[in-house]
Amino acid sequence: MLSDVELQALLTSLAVAGRALLFALPLAVLVAWLLSRPATPGRFALNALAHAPLVLPPVVVGYGLLLLFGIQGPVGAVLWRVLHVRLAFTGWGAALAAGVMAFPLMVRALRLAFEAIDPGLEVAARSLGARPLDRFLTVSLPLAAPGVAAAAIIGFAACLGEFGAVITFAANIPGQTQTLPLAIYAALQAPGGDAVALRLSLISFAIAIAALAASEGLARRAQRLAGR
Amino acid sequence: MLEVAVQARLGDFRLDARFAGAQAGVTVLFGPSGSGKSSVLAAVAGALRPEAGRIALGGEALFDSARGIDMPMERRRIGWVFQDARLFPHLTVDANLRFGMKRAQGRGLAGPIRFEEVVEVLGVGRLLARRPRDLSGGERQRVGLGRALLSQPRLLLMDEPLAALDAARRAEILPFLERVKAGFGTPILYVSHSLAEAVRLGDRMAVMREGQVVAEGPLAEVVSRPQLTLTGSHARDGAALDGVVQGHADRLTLVRAGPWEVRTPRLEAAVGAPVRLFVLARDVMLALDPPQRISARNVLQGRIAGIEAQDGRVLVRVAGGDGPVLLAALTPDAVEDLGLKPGMTVFAVVKSVAVDGLGGGLLDALEG
Repeated sequence: MLSDVELQALLTSLAVAGRALLFALPLAVLVAWLLSRPATPGRFALNALAHAPLVLPPVVVGYGLLLLFGIQGPVGAVLWRVLHVRLAFTGWGAALAAGVMAFPLMVRALRLAFEAIDPGLEVAARSLGARPLDRFLTVSLPLAAPGVAAAAIIGFAACLGEFGAVITFAANIPGQTQTLPLAIYAALQAPGGDAVALRLSLISFAIAIAALAASEGLARRAQRLAGR
Repeated sequence: MLEVAVQARLGDFRLDARFAGAQAGVTVLFGPSGSGKSSVLAAVAGALRPEAGRIALGGEALFDSARGIDMPMERRRIGWVFQDARLFPHLTVDANLRFGMKRAQGRGLAGPIRFEEVVEVLGVGRLLARRPRDLSGGERQRVGLGRALLSQPRLLLMDEPLAALDAARRAEILPFLERVKAGFGTPILYVSHSLAEAVRLGDRMAVMREGQVVAEGPLAEVVSRPQLTLTGSHARDGAALDGVVQGHADRLTLVRAGPWEVRTPRLEAAVGAPVRLFVLARDVMLALDPPQRISARNVLQGRIAGIEAQDGRVLVRVAGGDGPVLLAALTPDAVEDLGLKPGMTVFAVVKSVAVDGLGGGLLDALEG
């Protein structure tokens, strides 16, 4: 039903988005939790940093990643020398770029969820002898489960659609970094690629519908987990 | 024993409270809303940091500004029963009950309070698999109480645990509180603005007004101080008497309180059981001679211990030996006509006695 090119773009997109969530979601949970607590020092700076990808042009974010994580960059050079890992122009690099762009969206959804938790419940947990990490794992996180589910879906969708940051940092390599939007762009650049672009667009649409349906189920399960 | 001396400024409000809790049993922290009771409770729990003072439990300082001690709440081992229960909505009743217990056990603090016993006493056995959203207000309060108890606390704090419930539910929960008090030996600090609850549950009482403790002592003694007007209404001033059931006869129960033998409506209590009686000051008349052929069942002989004029009426304190005290609300005319003076022997004619327990009408007398 799908041609090789189309299948490849689809699988690359899913792999990039999945890997992006792998690192971005836990980090977003941590940052959102810190932001939801008035006692966190440097809350304003952390908030600004977390939201930067939302207000910067994606190309700028991609370029920034290139400066930081490129083979000559301060972080990229260390990664290469110590672990022989290269991020720029790789699948993991595409995941990094997509994850960074989706990060603020996830943080916002999660922060709302953490802030919606009755602070009295945490006082109750403290009075029952629960220490901070214990309280986070057994009270705050389960109660924020609907928010985690929402963040995962928003994040996954944003990663699938990310264009500017991915193409800047990870280029447009079929089978590695060429996600659906990048493949559509490439098809449009090629002569007679209109039909391919249209089919890829329809696939994107189908994924969107499937993700929406999945999110409904996920949200319901999360609500049950949180006892609502 | 709990010792509290805390000072704090909360906006315009100044808290400067000093009192001691009972070694065992219930200490009631009593006062109108806004008098600072809940702030004191929060300071004892560790949720509010006083500016200065000392809070000690069994001689160990939980907070001491002079020595720089401020033990974190999670290490104080103080159980807290909230007005709104605050059950964890994502956990079953069973997991809620075990939340504090598991953490106490994890720290080697296996206490004497057993899960099965608490479930039995609070009657929550058939609720264990449910989630909090499927419980009634009264059930939630019972689970919250059990959860706090099972954390093996050295002290239980109760912040108006009945205030969020309607009268019927309150009457339903009170017996559970009494069973907890009698069954587990954990001292309780009970915040309330309801004199009925205080009289029913309390052993000791500290009265708060505008951030300060204005009176403290054994409950019956504090309640009978006429100048306090604890309910905010003279109509419900009265005296509490601590007595022991002496026997039952037909539709009556005989209760001994010091030298007095008081007849009350029939009580479902064993001979020898302690009971607390409450007599409204407006239900007591005084006679200089023993009244003859009178309908009132209780005529108690005593000595006038004090006379106090207050807002157009006179409150006379009548003591039976060194023990119990009754208050009688009289008109100034009556006091003058009879020539009442401290030290005189009088006969107190008691029209009705409220008793806790079934049919005693204590709640009705104080809140009706």
